[in-house]
Amino acid sequence: MAKILIPTPLRQFTGGADTIEASGATVGELLAALTTNHPDIKKNLFNDEGKLRSFVNIYVNDEDIRYLSKEATEVAAGDTVSIIPSIAGGR
Amino acid sequence: MPTTLTNEEIQRYSRHLILPEVGMEGQIKLKDAKVLLVGTGGLGAPLALYLAAAGVGTIGLVDFDVVDASNLQRQVIHGTKDIDRPKIDSAADSMLDINPNLKIVKHEVPLTSENAKEIVEQYDMVADGTDNCPTRYLVNDVCVLTGKPNIYGSIFRFEGQASVFATEDGPCYRCLYPEPPPPGLVPSCAEGGVLGILPGVIGLIQATEVVKMILGIGQTLQGRLMLYDALNMKFRELKLRRNPDCPSGKCSVVKELIDYKQFCGIPDVPPAPVASAGDLEVTEVKSMIDSGEDFILVDVREPHEYQIASISKATLIPLGQLPMRLSELSKDSNIVCHCKSGVRSAKAVDLLKQSGYLRVRNMKGGILGWSDKVDPSVPKY
Repeated sequence: MAKILIPTPLRQFTGGADTIEASGATVGELLAALTTNHPDIKKNLFNDEGKLRSFVNIYVNDEDIRYLSKEATEVAAGDTVSIIPSIAGGR
Repeated sequence: MPTTLTNEEIQRYSRHLILPEVGMEGQIKLKDAKVLLVGTGGLGAPLALYLAAAGVGTIGLVDFDVVDASNLQRQVIHGTKDIDRPKIDSAADSMLDINPNLKIVKHEVPLTSENAKEIVEQYDMVADGTDNCPTRYLVNDVCVLTGKPNIYGSIFRFEGQASVFATEDGPCYRCLYPEPPPPGLVPSCAEGGVLGILPGVIGLIQATEVVKMILGIGQTLQGRLMLYDALNMKFRELKLRRNPDCPSGKCSVVKELIDYKQFCGIPDVPPAPVASAGDLEVTEVKSMIDSGEDFILVDVREPHEYQIASISKATLIPLGQLPMRLSELSKDSNIVCHCKSGVRSAKAVDLLKQSGYLRVRNMKGGILGWSDKVDPSVPKY
């Protein structure tokens, strides 16, 4: 099991939960598990072709999966997967 | 002529001067420094106050907004007496009250692709305290093009981010967010709310980075994204990498300033509110209530908004629950929907019409209009 940290703007799609435990060997499998259990979050993470949206950053621990193996990045038990959305607020 | 400190300044900055990492040399660097603050709101307020106090010699302010009562919960540079004043004037007064030695440069204009370079070129670095997607990318790109570091912070509800972008060898905002999210996919700050203290924490992280960069001490947030979660009181940091296609000192993505509204998918002219022939004025709804007309007034706002202000006849069915709660509304009933300002209720009307409801209308202006034109005792939020 790995932890997926849900950022504030997306918690409305996870019933308010800030952490979701999911199982899977790779980032792709974990996110699939997440979207299966919380289907409303899917359109925020993936485009119509099922590809991760370019403004969604996924990190395994403190590393960006773009610089690892993208969605094929392996996730070990106890790892933390973070979804980092763009937030623009400042006022 | 080399910069010196007056006796008054030596006394004022004594706690800096006795820090070996700052000292006379550092305090003179601060006095010589020129920092541009974009926005004097939530993030800009603590930035401006502390940079003024720390003795940053020249501080430029970009803002063209006026102080609103709803700003005071977090924008601590403005006071109750400043409501309706230009923020830039109110901010300058507070800063000069703390430190009359400052030079404040007021840019009371929106930052645009046309004026950004000319403004930013006058400064050593920029602290970004803006609140929207187009200006975020504009600030980043102008910093990249002019070679000025972008001290970044942003906030949402209970969560904040901070970093230092666009240094010679470091990543920029576009390395983290190559493309903006389509509008509407993430709620804006005005819709989402923000804990008043949050911008204080993030703005002061930015201020700390500004001062360290001027002094050339410590390790900045270059290459790191600081994440702050106020609810759980946790700081985390993530590694940021410069786009591998960008050699040192050069960005392979940003070539010139562009139309940032278009880039962020925001139409130049906001679409006219979808007024349909069936829309009702708030005063018409009031007459319907007074005359005892048989209709259902559906409030499609959220429960916490209903607690702030409501119209007594209204039934609360939040927009998000409406599809599941259609059974509560009979298809042949006469329905009027309302929300805060009329946008969500227009969506509710569309949804009901698509679901086969025929007699359904929107109350234009929402509860804000109701407060203005019908019952001023209903508070506006």
